[in-house]
Amino acid sequence: MQISLFITCFNDTLFPETGKATVQLLERLGHTVEFPMEQTCCGQMHYNTGYQEEAIPLVRKFVEVFGDAEAIVAPSASCVAMVHEFYHKVAERARDEQLAKRVEEVTPRVFELSQFLVDELGVEDVGAYYPHRVTYHPTCHSLRMLEVGDAPLTLLRNVRGIDLVELPAAEECCGFGGTFAIKNADTSMAMLGDKIRHIKDTEAEVCIAADNSCLMHIGGALQRQRGGVKTVHLAEILASTEEN
Amino acid sequence: MKKKNSKKSSPTFQESAKAYLENTQLRRNIGHATHTIRDKRKQAVDEMPDWEDLREAGSNIKQRVMRHMDKYLLQLEESVQQAGGVVHWAKDAKEANRIIVDLVKEQQVEEVVKVKSITTDEIKLNKALADEGVQALETDLAELIVQLAEDEPSHILVPAIHKNRAEIRELFKKKLEKAELSDRPEDLAEAARLYLRKKFLSAKVGISGGNFAVAETGTISVVESEGNGRMCTTLPDTLITVMGIEKLIPTWRDFEVFMQLLPRSATAERMNPYNSFWTGVTQGDGPQEFHLVLLDNGRTNVLADEVGRQTLNCIRCSACLNVCPVYERTGGHAYNSVYPGPIGAILTPQLKGLKDDGVASLPYASSLCGACYEVCPVKINIPEVLVHLRGKIVDEKKRKGGFKAKLDEEHIGMKLMARTFKKRSRYERAQRWARVGQGLFEKNGTISKLPGELSGWTAMRDIKPIPDQTFREWWRSRDE
Repeated sequence: MQISLFITCFNDTLFPETGKATVQLLERLGHTVEFPMEQTCCGQMHYNTGYQEEAIPLVRKFVEVFGDAEAIVAPSASCVAMVHEFYHKVAERARDEQLAKRVEEVTPRVFELSQFLVDELGVEDVGAYYPHRVTYHPTCHSLRMLEVGDAPLTLLRNVRGIDLVELPAAEECCGFGGTFAIKNADTSMAMLGDKIRHIKDTEAEVCIAADNSCLMHIGGALQRQRGGVKTVHLAEILASTEEN
Repeated sequence: MKKKNSKKSSPTFQESAKAYLENTQLRRNIGHATHTIRDKRKQAVDEMPDWEDLREAGSNIKQRVMRHMDKYLLQLEESVQQAGGVVHWAKDAKEANRIIVDLVKEQQVEEVVKVKSITTDEIKLNKALADEGVQALETDLAELIVQLAEDEPSHILVPAIHKNRAEIRELFKKKLEKAELSDRPEDLAEAARLYLRKKFLSAKVGISGGNFAVAETGTISVVESEGNGRMCTTLPDTLITVMGIEKLIPTWRDFEVFMQLLPRSATAERMNPYNSFWTGVTQGDGPQEFHLVLLDNGRTNVLADEVGRQTLNCIRCSACLNVCPVYERTGGHAYNSVYPGPIGAILTPQLKGLKDDGVASLPYASSLCGACYEVCPVKINIPEVLVHLRGKIVDEKKRKGGFKAKLDEEHIGMKLMARTFKKRSRYERAQRWARVGQGLFEKNGTISKLPGELSGWTAMRDIKPIPDQTFREWWRSRDE
């Protein structure tokens, strides 16, 4: 299948390894990956913070860039959720029926990586190897907005060598929440503190999630505490093999 | 930079939360209580095979009420009148308080008993009565605790959730003049019972809120756990009920849905211990005079907003408070709002408008994690409304903004980034500049301190520097 990679500005700039892993994984599974260079940002940060007018040109750009793609896959649940939940509202706000129509057409072809693999391609074992003790944090947008369900865990359970430990109170928000982490830094930290405690209770060496934004938040605190746990995006685990 | 509040504004959520987060006893009390109710609610809901259908039904009934509010309200008025009650319409808090104060004064009493009602907290009825020399006695145990402590409720359903047994014992010893009192719940309840029983028997006027009003029959319903509400609504000669206009349900049959949704969501019970229903007055039994005060106080503005309207579905169960990771840590007082938690963060700004900085900070008091929406028995998409309100706040800021708003750090940042993202060439240039610029803050391969608003991030978290190669640079190099 021809897959268009929707990298997200966050991964493009801050977490290129996740993008590389996504490409390697999809190619290993026999697909062709293309990367439309014109893509920038999905507009989630602007929209969720209230700068909704500013999201309009970004939605237009997205449908222009990805409009004709067969499948659009992103290693980010929250950016995919932005497309699914809010793009039609942005089009409504723009009072642009043409845009609304294009959004409606493109949305069903936009997938989060694990959902794409398990639900669309029917792949549960990607042939990965990762001999480490890990725990998985289901991010709020993957869990409650996209409802990816067990897809990430299904994929992780089939990774060879992995020691996957269940995270206590896994479904509780880590406290990231986009600009919430800055606007309400104190509350965000109080939430993060408990998430860190739960992660450490698992005695895992790696915390995995489907969103680098939440992982940057969790990993940032673990790093500050010299916590002895690192954060790695799901795509990078799935891309790992015995050879690399 | 963050603006200082003008004198008139209430404190922002951020400012208040900071202090409450440091109150260790409050953190323990609320953390423990919310987790207990949360787990019990889950059990009570999980045993229902048709829970999702019930939620759907509850949401649909309420949406129908919102679509035909005018019709149902007039029907309710007629039904109540036919059953011997009197209906009063109050545009705002001031009108509602005037109506109630006049009714109470007609009875020439100095004391009234009240069943817990958050709507009367919304209109500050107790103060309005006190100003006219009438003392309103709260009879719900938790409300009584809050009243005796001269405190404010911090939860819709469990107003004293922030207090523990030891604190309540101290309070009762002092205010109820008990020389000896243990902190066993039974003993504390007994002390309150003895105090309240006398009051019930002598009260001439009772004031209540209402959970539901049936348009078809004129029946009002109050559900509660203690039975004190039933005493308030049955013993006095005169009963005055204050309700928001959104508490309507069309028919008696609709109770089938709500009497399942509400107790399981609220107290995790299959049924409330006390379910009171009354229709007007009955000769020789119960109050001989019944007044229903129907309150707008901003609700018709909420109704007019297509996205915000669903907020009026709320049946005040508090399930959203109990699962909220923010409420769980800050408690209710941080919201500076009668309605705290996720529902308060969308209801208060819509009832009061967005002019006050404190009120306008409420829609941002959420990480948009969606736990509230998941448990809401009437399917209010709280994150959707939060984001909708944030849009209105920013639009308003831009509209009247002028020079000061334009210099706002967030505004500048957002505008700049929007411009950057619009064009690929600008975006790629910004990526390169950021990599150079971060050199100012990077130390030994990590960033531990950032300036301005971003310092909120680095207060507790490190940040990894932007890598030497972006993804797109790698992709390009791969092609070559």
